[in-house]
Amino acid sequence: MSHLLHTTFVPATSPSLRRPLTRTTHYPTRTLQIQSKIREIFMPALSSTMTEGKIVSWIKSEGDKLSKGDSVVVVESDKADMDVESFYDGYLAAIMVDEGLSVPVGAPIALLAESEEEIAAALAQISSSSSAAPAPAPIPAPAPSPDSSTSNDGPGAITGVSSASVSENVSSRSSVANGAMGSSVHPASEGGNRVVASPYAKKLAKEFGLDLRGLVGSGPNGRVVAKDVEAAAAAAKVSASGSALASEVTKPSGGGTAVDLGSVVPFTTMQSAVTRNMVESLSVPTFRVGYTITTDALDALYKKIKSKGVTMTAMLAKATALALVKHPVVNSSCRDGKSFTHNSNINIAVAVAIDGGLITPVLQDADKIDIYSLSRKWKELVDKARAKQLQPQEYNTGTFTLSNLGMFGVDRFDAILPPGTGAIMAVGASQPTLVGTKDGRIGLKNQMQVNITADHRVIYGADLAAFLQTLAKIIEDPKDLTL
Amino acid sequence: MSLSLSSPSPITRSDCTAVANAYLCTPRSLRFCGLRREVFESKSLNSLSVSTRLVPCPRDSSFKKVCAALQSNGTPYKGGFDYDLVIIGAGVGGHGAALHAVEKGLKTAILEGDVVGGTCVNRGCVPSKALLAASGRMRELQNEHHMKSFGLQVAAAGYDRQGVADHANNLASKIRSNLTNSMKALGVDILTGTGTILGPQKLKYGKGGSGDTIITAKDIIIATGSVPLVPKGIEVDGKSVITSDHALKLEFVPEWIAIVGSGYIGLEFSDVYTALGSEVTFIEALDQLMPGFDPEIGKLAQRVLINPRKIDYHTGVFASKITPAKDGKPVIIELIDAKTKEPKGTVEVDAALIATGRAPFTQGLGLENINVQTQRGFVPVDERMRVIDANGKLVPHLFCIGDANGKMMLAHAASAQGISVVEQVSGKDHVLNHLSIPAACFTHPEISMVGLTEPQAREKAEKEGFEVSITKTSFKANTKALAENEGEGLAKLIYRPDTGEILGVHIFGLHAADLIHEASNAIAMGTHIQDIKYAVHAHPTLSEVLDELFKSAKVKVNSSSPVVHPVAV
Repeated sequence: MSHLLHTTFVPATSPSLRRPLTRTTHYPTRTLQIQSKIREIFMPALSSTMTEGKIVSWIKSEGDKLSKGDSVVVVESDKADMDVESFYDGYLAAIMVDEGLSVPVGAPIALLAESEEEIAAALAQISSSSSAAPAPAPIPAPAPSPDSSTSNDGPGAITGVSSASVSENVSSRSSVANGAMGSSVHPASEGGNRVVASPYAKKLAKEFGLDLRGLVGSGPNGRVVAKDVEAAAAAAKVSASGSALASEVTKPSGGGTAVDLGSVVPFTTMQSAVTRNMVESLSVPTFRVGYTITTDALDALYKKIKSKGVTMTAMLAKATALALVKHPVVNSSCRDGKSFTHNSNINIAVAVAIDGGLITPVLQDADKIDIYSLSRKWKELVDKARAKQLQPQEYNTGTFTLSNLGMFGVDRFDAILPPGTGAIMAVGASQPTLVGTKDGRIGLKNQMQVNITADHRVIYGADLAAFLQTLAKIIEDPKDLTL
Repeated sequence: MSLSLSSPSPITRSDCTAVANAYLCTPRSLRFCGLRREVFESKSLNSLSVSTRLVPCPRDSSFKKVCAALQSNGTPYKGGFDYDLVIIGAGVGGHGAALHAVEKGLKTAILEGDVVGGTCVNRGCVPSKALLAASGRMRELQNEHHMKSFGLQVAAAGYDRQGVADHANNLASKIRSNLTNSMKALGVDILTGTGTILGPQKLKYGKGGSGDTIITAKDIIIATGSVPLVPKGIEVDGKSVITSDHALKLEFVPEWIAIVGSGYIGLEFSDVYTALGSEVTFIEALDQLMPGFDPEIGKLAQRVLINPRKIDYHTGVFASKITPAKDGKPVIIELIDAKTKEPKGTVEVDAALIATGRAPFTQGLGLENINVQTQRGFVPVDERMRVIDANGKLVPHLFCIGDANGKMMLAHAASAQGISVVEQVSGKDHVLNHLSIPAACFTHPEISMVGLTEPQAREKAEKEGFEVSITKTSFKANTKALAENEGEGLAKLIYRPDTGEILGVHIFGLHAADLIHEASNAIAMGTHIQDIKYAVHAHPTLSEVLDELFKSAKVKVNSSSPVVHPVAV
């Protein structure tokens, strides 16, 4: 599987060619589903900055026989149109992404069957998956562009949304982002007959899938400018991630996608990818363990070192990583249903909401890197995510995931385990709580609830309990964090 | 000297370098030492060494003597004319002709009604290169990803508009004074005023009216250049609706600017404006952006220079009416379909730049006195730049070069045409091969080309019955380009596989404008691929992109030139 495809234009040593390998070893459940010799053809990375590619045209049709080296498809990257060649002989069993559509780098775009008989099997595989364009993207990331208003860094500013919340609330999408519909008679638009929007605003709107007609422009003469589109996209996203969260949206919904009520809208590539992942997660036997942790000391420490650029996200990641050092089993995963994988590094993935989905930038070796560097690294990752420049290893190498909804006032929730990892921790808000102490007094302490979802094939109740106890100790006495 | 050398402008290539050298005495001998080695080599070396010693006091009399020994603006040798050669217009074309004329021993005068240097130096290639140099750096510094890939961290980059504008203005002044000095140093008479042709070999100049001076010349060259073309219906107010003349002053950076026309000028300005933070809307009458470029290069350029930037476009439309901003209203551009003329809506922007091309500046030349009719303003000429009159006959002793004849509206083409004319009037027939003249667009990265585009080559091949082959190399495979993190780029060679003749070369990539000359020189000299492919290129350099290109061509004949002087080491 190592070289599913290549392009003539990319030097043979390009790391992009190795991506299919890392993906498949990372998420083996998918390949297990693929019986016999049906291979997926992935969207290749044609340049270092390419995050998604558009299918310009399929040179081959479904059912065509392919020889190694045949051009199969023309892909438009951010730079050029390039022919993508097959690395194997076989038959083009199914085209999963139609011409004109874009998918993230690494997403499957077609299935390649080794023999003609297997075409049927490949087709069956497609139809069995509920979406029209199944994309694997374990942690889907087609267009990482977190909006500044929701993903800026700081305590509680990690708009982490667990995969669960996104997928569970996709259905509520049609009811949201409607706020400003019809509310904007454009001053510069001849009574609203047309929209005056700057070139960049138009580009962004296309990217976010927003209808400019629903937007109120804040530019000169009521022109729609980039920040109007960004605000609308952010509003749409926040509401899309759950009606329960809608009340927490600070920014009034300045507009949003114009949605035809009562219509049926097919999943986008990202939504399909999320769906696929979520369904896949059902095959993993998970369980949950919760814990209440007092954060007074952590809050105090945060106040002290905040000025040095330390962020709460980095502190939580660091505390988690230090606890994982003592409980390596919680950092392991089960990839084939038969064995443990003891991960050599502690890589903390942190969920960040982006328009229409989420991405999980990864703080690699979080146990070894000091808190200050970790904070800087986090800032860099968020910036990159915003600029859509995260490299695959920066979002798909997590061994343990953190998801935080505390900033919305959520006190507890549970997360769905991302396939291929062992555990995910849902972090609630830290709130002043009345507690009784051992000496019989009553006191007010800041407490937060955490809830871990883990794969019971490799991580047992006692493991999580012990891990949480260690984590609580670290957070309640956080001096080790700054070592 | 270093300043003009580092400015990547076409005029720099052809003339300004020489201009800077002129300060040191003898640019022409340097330029031509390759061609006229037997005559000039020793002399130019001598004069250089002498002049180097004299640099502290360049106007020293001994300095002049050295110059004079080499070349001087001689006296007209016969016929009783005031001058051997009078050039109307001191732009780059006129300047190139004047310097070459002096070298040929002709008594030469140059007329200038405005400022020495013409469009290129004052309102064209030179100041635009200064803006592009500043904005190119700005773009680079803003590209955090690009910086990080070098391991560099840059705090928020910003710019001072006036500072950028001053750089452009200062560069133009410097190049202008270099140009003036170079002509003065050689003794070219610089006459001020507009020139009018009164009859054969006779013209007047001055501010117009009775104070004009009448002079005679054996030969006259018209080199009056061009002005920005403003289609009718467009009101240019110089503030919100502007031409390149105004834009180069960079008096303001609009949030949103419409650029009418997506040729060289429009494209370069889009590069400047987007780097400085503007959003751009192109309005192009043809169906695709960047007409005139090789389609493949245009496609790639669009991917890199248009699509990822804050630019959108309307193609296949004319701007039928443009109203400048006033009373708080934006600039309003009315669009009509280029073919059906139906209204295609309006665009409201903060500013509009008219970059629809350039119109020849030939009014007031007195062409009617010699029965010459302009065609769309252009002076009709033959392949030797000789002016053709209304009856289709050649006008003796009258030539027209540069934008005014419209053959190839490029500064260095004008200069080359001027030199060609001087060769003819000094007794040597010369026809300029326009297919060997390179062109460049100084976007980031740059685009350059010489010879035919692929469709042109294929059309010619079909007509003349030969085969055309194409080969391409990518900057991605070039070490130097990768070291610069600028692997984006393509070089394309169009050639005849049967003879190895180079028909065209097109480059899009880092420093493409500087790379094209290996190809343009090969075309000019008639060098074939099977010979040039053995030439050695330093490693690692960008020029290896062309090396690869020539080596990848499959020519059916073997090397034609024998080893002339093998040198054993």
